[in-house]
Amino acid sequence: MVENRPVLTALAHAVLILGVLVVAFPVWLAFVASTHPSTTFLSGLVPLWPGDHWRETYGQMFGAGLSTSGAPPLGLMMGNSLIMALSIALGKIAISILSAFAIVFFRFPFRHLAFWLIFVTLMLPVEVRIVPTFKVVADLGMLNSYAGLAVPLIASATATFLFRQVFLTIPDELVEAARIDGAGPLKFFRDILLPLSRTNMAALFVILFIYGWNQYIWPLIVTTDESLYTVVMGIKRMVDVADAEPQWNYVMATATLAMLPPVLVVVAMQRLFVKGLIEQEK
Amino acid sequence: MQSRRATYRSPWLPYLLLAPQLLITFVFFLWPAGQAVRQSFLREDPFGLSTRFVGLDNYTRLFHDPGYLNSFKVTLVFSVSVAALSIGLALLLAVSADRVIRGHRGYTTLLVWPYAVAPAVAGVLWWFMFNPTIGILPYLLGGLGYAWDDRLKPGDAMILVVLASAWKQISYNFLFFLAGLQAIPQSLREAAAIDGAGPVKRFVTIVFPLLSPTTFFLLVVNITYTMFETFAVIDATTGGGPAQATNILVYKVYQDGFIGLNLGSSAAQSVVLMGIVMVLTFIQFRFIERRVQY
Repeated sequence: MVENRPVLTALAHAVLILGVLVVAFPVWLAFVASTHPSTTFLSGLVPLWPGDHWRETYGQMFGAGLSTSGAPPLGLMMGNSLIMALSIALGKIAISILSAFAIVFFRFPFRHLAFWLIFVTLMLPVEVRIVPTFKVVADLGMLNSYAGLAVPLIASATATFLFRQVFLTIPDELVEAARIDGAGPLKFFRDILLPLSRTNMAALFVILFIYGWNQYIWPLIVTTDESLYTVVMGIKRMVDVADAEPQWNYVMATATLAMLPPVLVVVAMQRLFVKGLIEQEK
Repeated sequence: MQSRRATYRSPWLPYLLLAPQLLITFVFFLWPAGQAVRQSFLREDPFGLSTRFVGLDNYTRLFHDPGYLNSFKVTLVFSVSVAALSIGLALLLAVSADRVIRGHRGYTTLLVWPYAVAPAVAGVLWWFMFNPTIGILPYLLGGLGYAWDDRLKPGDAMILVVLASAWKQISYNFLFFLAGLQAIPQSLREAAAIDGAGPVKRFVTIVFPLLSPTTFFLLVVNITYTMFETFAVIDATTGGGPAQATNILVYKVYQDGFIGLNLGSSAAQSVVLMGIVMVLTFIQFRFIERRVQY
């Protein structure tokens, strides 16, 4: 702060507090809705203060799910989301660090071609090539499987570039010293590169976990089997009831729990999250 | 491409290391993209029994289709509104957070978490708030004499998806603006203050120009976000309606391909979108090159 202007500082606080409230309001309403019985939502205005019906709502969602709108129990959907998010995050990190290692520390024919092939994936978001990609997955018999949910999404240009940047900052002397000490490429990778990129891996993991957890269109088209539904797409199934209002208390209980894991990850690992987010765009 | 001096040599190891990434890239990215290009020159008969080569006919039809041209317009309105709204609010919040000394970390925590909310969930939350019978916002708008109905009125539906998408994007823009603000040397502002420039003048003549690389970068990222990732917001709320009012390009590819089963047209739309992503990626990378030199 350059000069002391209490009015401006007070205004800044006011803007921030208002911002925080506006940003939090939709989530507050969702949580409140999940604590009231369905009858509250038949008419009138949504409640603004939590009710006492939360045990029934969450109990129903965790116990039996909502079979009328084809939603399996919540625990199952959350488990599927967790499997999908972890496989995508760990898969992306594993294959990207290997490719960055090859591109940075080896000289070989077609190195540039490999780099550009990976780069091209940046320009092909799944939404754009959805129909032919679906066909490939169907032809490979991967519909309705965890492999079909995760594998097609784990190629990653951004993660490869990030690790490439990290590796390029490692001094040549370190590589030479390792070589003189008799370390082959794999030993160098395991004993020097992996420990050096630990923080970057953790930061990337936070971003990729959120990315994987929040996937929507892909699980929506590759799973028709209820036991493989993820929680984010499960909400869509619950909202899509023909000729009737959705059962808001159940929908909002699901939404609240669908938000919880990724939001907790961001809040608990804020420093790593910010690092990952800002580095990813470099 | 930058290279290192000290490297390893092996006739097979680098290929082995690259194999998983390249295999997935080829099978799930390049091959489907190639198929989309191929399909865009073909047309199937209505029963799916035969396909024939039609040249550029799918593209000519596409650009003569009022529905498709409308979708372009909808996408433009949608992208610009989301980008302007979320960048504007994020800048306001970031400038405020940069000003307060005590508690700015707390504010940051309270502002960044919506990044973690899935776009589909964000859509459902706003859809609930705007529910014409029980939602809180139509109730308040009703008090002002406006009968809100996003299921019938095209303008209302657009406002709904814009708000839901912008809400989710504020946290991302906020973090980048805050990082940009904190990178501005304090001495510059102090020098301007000594020369008699007040806070508003300092913002207009010093802070905002220095933030312009960040703003431009965020503009490109936000447009990319609204063009592709907001698919989930649209699908979970309006489904492209009412009367195609929120049918953005990426949603139309899915609708025509998966629901309408018009494969040739959907493929041609995919190819057009790939072209748009290429342009956006190119702009983004050009800009980053400039920033590194700068």
